[in-house]
Amino acid sequence: MNIGQIIFILLFISVVYISVRLYTRIWRNIHLGKKERLRDQPGRRLKNVLLVAFGQKKMFKRFIPAIFHFFIYAAFLLTQIELLEILVDGFSGNHRSFAVSLGGFYTFVIGLIEILSALALIATVVFIIRRVVLRISRFQHPEMEGWPSKDALIILVLEFLLIFGIFTMNSADVVLQSRDIAGYPDTGNLPISGWLGPWLMGGAGTDFLIGAERFGWWLHMLVVFGFIIYLPISKHLHIFLAFPNTYFARLEPPGQMRNMEDIMNEVKSMLGMTEDAGSVDLAEELPNFGAADVTDLSWKNILDAYSCTECGRCTDECPANITGKKLSPRKIMMDVRDRATEIGHALDRNPEISIEHFDDGKNLFDRITPEEIHACTTCNACVEACPVLINPLDIILQMRRYEILTLASGPAEWTPMFNSMENTGAVWQVPDERIAWTKQDS
Amino acid sequence: MEVKTMAEMVAAGEQPELLFWVGCAGSFDNRSQQISRKLVEILNQASISFAILGNEEMCTGDPARRAGNEFVFQMLALQNIQTLNEYQVRKIVTICPHCFNTLKNEYPALGGHYEVIHHSQLLKSLLDEGRIKVKGDVFKGKKITYHDSCYLGRANGIYEAPRDVLEHLDNEIVEMARSRSRGLCCGAGGAQMWKEDEPGRKRINVERTEEALDTGADIIAVNCPFCMTMMTDGVKAKEKQESVMVYDISELILQNEP
Ligand code: SF4
Ligand code: SF4
Repeated sequence: MNIGQIIFILLFISVVYISVRLYTRIWRNIHLGKKERLRDQPGRRLKNVLLVAFGQKKMFKRFIPAIFHFFIYAAFLLTQIELLEILVDGFSGNHRSFAVSLGGFYTFVIGLIEILSALALIATVVFIIRRVVLRISRFQHPEMEGWPSKDALIILVLEFLLIFGIFTMNSADVVLQSRDIAGYPDTGNLPISGWLGPWLMGGAGTDFLIGAERFGWWLHMLVVFGFIIYLPISKHLHIFLAFPNTYFARLEPPGQMRNMEDIMNEVKSMLGMTEDAGSVDLAEELPNFGAADVTDLSWKNILDAYSCTECGRCTDECPANITGKKLSPRKIMMDVRDRATEIGHALDRNPEISIEHFDDGKNLFDRITPEEIHACTTCNACVEACPVLINPLDIILQMRRYEILTLASGPAEWTPMFNSMENTGAVWQVPDERIAWTKQDS
Repeated sequence: MEVKTMAEMVAAGEQPELLFWVGCAGSFDNRSQQISRKLVEILNQASISFAILGNEEMCTGDPARRAGNEFVFQMLALQNIQTLNEYQVRKIVTICPHCFNTLKNEYPALGGHYEVIHHSQLLKSLLDEGRIKVKGDVFKGKKITYHDSCYLGRANGIYEAPRDVLEHLDNEIVEMARSRSRGLCCGAGGAQMWKEDEPGRKRINVERTEEALDTGADIIAVNCPFCMTMMTDGVKAKEKQESVMVYDISELILQNEP
């Protein structure tokens, strides 16, 4: 066993250890939310995963970013094969373990990865330019100041380094192969390193090449390891969570709000519509209605939040945001995630506290103001826009329910509306009979 | 105008084919009352037997529910369902996408199961089947742009029926920059109709009206009484009420004499 192998194995074990801890925390944070069964109609759900997550259907509503994003996405999917080889090589101390056994197919796969990586490189540069030079407006909202913008750039730089590593590794390898050095099996003619290698390093000494190849290999691997550990603290979890998130997305028509059974039963007994009147007595317990905190939301709302990549397509389509109101559906998702993470951290520090008894005196309303949730027109534009089927509206409505039903507050102008509805059955207080309109001709 | 109520029909031993759900706007708002009467005209012309609930109808509860007031929603919804079920109503047509959405998608969970259609769907089938024809040429040569309401469009995926209805006219139809699933809200939904906008740069209806005016259209066609109010106010805010009119699609099909 050589020193490289030992370092690799130690690194690998640490990465596995750290990521198990980090990812179980994300899992726990998602389950801070309430239970909700979302497993009906598996066929339709699978179709969503295939079309929306794998097929990127919603992304293609905006063609330019979609096509560049697709390059990175495809490169990401395919490099997993190469990553497998890196792991095998790392453990065994071999070099390019799959090259000999796979033969021509190996050349094909690595060649394809090279082409996709080159496209991904272009995409990465384009994305950095869009953010830093062109300053595309949807990345410049207040909620993006500070960490979120840095986070996005860190990921783009990591992608850049990864691709740089791949090409350094392959290019040096190609030249080494041409010199018939032992231990560098023939990879066939690679579409990019095949000419890039000889062009860049054709005249370099063999020792330099061996070093460059190892540098590329370690860089590639370290970036991948770094990425795995970085993902759970970044907005980039969507690369995994897009799949479950589209699977568990709600299937009802977007206009349909969830029924509140408790209140329905209470009102039924008030109106004398139940046989067994008085069986539901809510007044005794003073229950909380709606959502004041992430623990009142469904686990799916929190999964939504961790799946959000902060792309801002929702906010870009939001009529309230477009006209300068504070509401931004992306911010709603970021606030929910940050709050879930905050509770998660507190629970980690005090493992003896159970979620049921957790109280840090804070809730979602410390992050999301009434002004924001009042500005929503329930237009579903954000829901429609999200490429991974996140639903910010559902959270806004649950917070409105809390405000009205539990706090008995909310916009003062709504009070006469509620009163009129309750007393006269009409949304406006009007002196006319409901059928007055029939008494006139056009 | 004679419109029978369910109570009158049942008393006469009749069961109408269709219930016309008028809604609060269609009942009380001056401008929307015209749309209600227009639908009656259409139903009569197609010889469809129908009735309204009349004074037994209540608000569906949509604005209360979206404001967060589930109690008020349940009170109204449960009473409406009781009334509808007593009259054994099966099929409902409504001129309001909010009523449409609530009746169709939200009443089933409370025990109200009906076939619900919006009047743009009804208009489409009546025109396609030749049971009604376009009447009048008051709007000859005028350019029309169609504004998608959120509750017919994104909330229920109905984008084509209203456009198909307009295709029966000879007029040129132009699309706004944001249309169909990307159509911009008029600003009224989610109980916004009953409160002032939050502080911001602009009112939502003004933003949408500007977009409609940018198409150069003479007529903004809507399918929702609240969009009607919002777009009409927007046109006034832009001082274009002399040259640009807002109509419900039904008013473009059976046109009033000038
Ligand atoms: S539903 Fe609300 S938050 Fe979403 S786009 Fe419409 S107004 Fe904005
Ligand atoms: S909710 Fe969806 S559309 Fe909005 S920022 Fe997140 S990923 Fe993008």
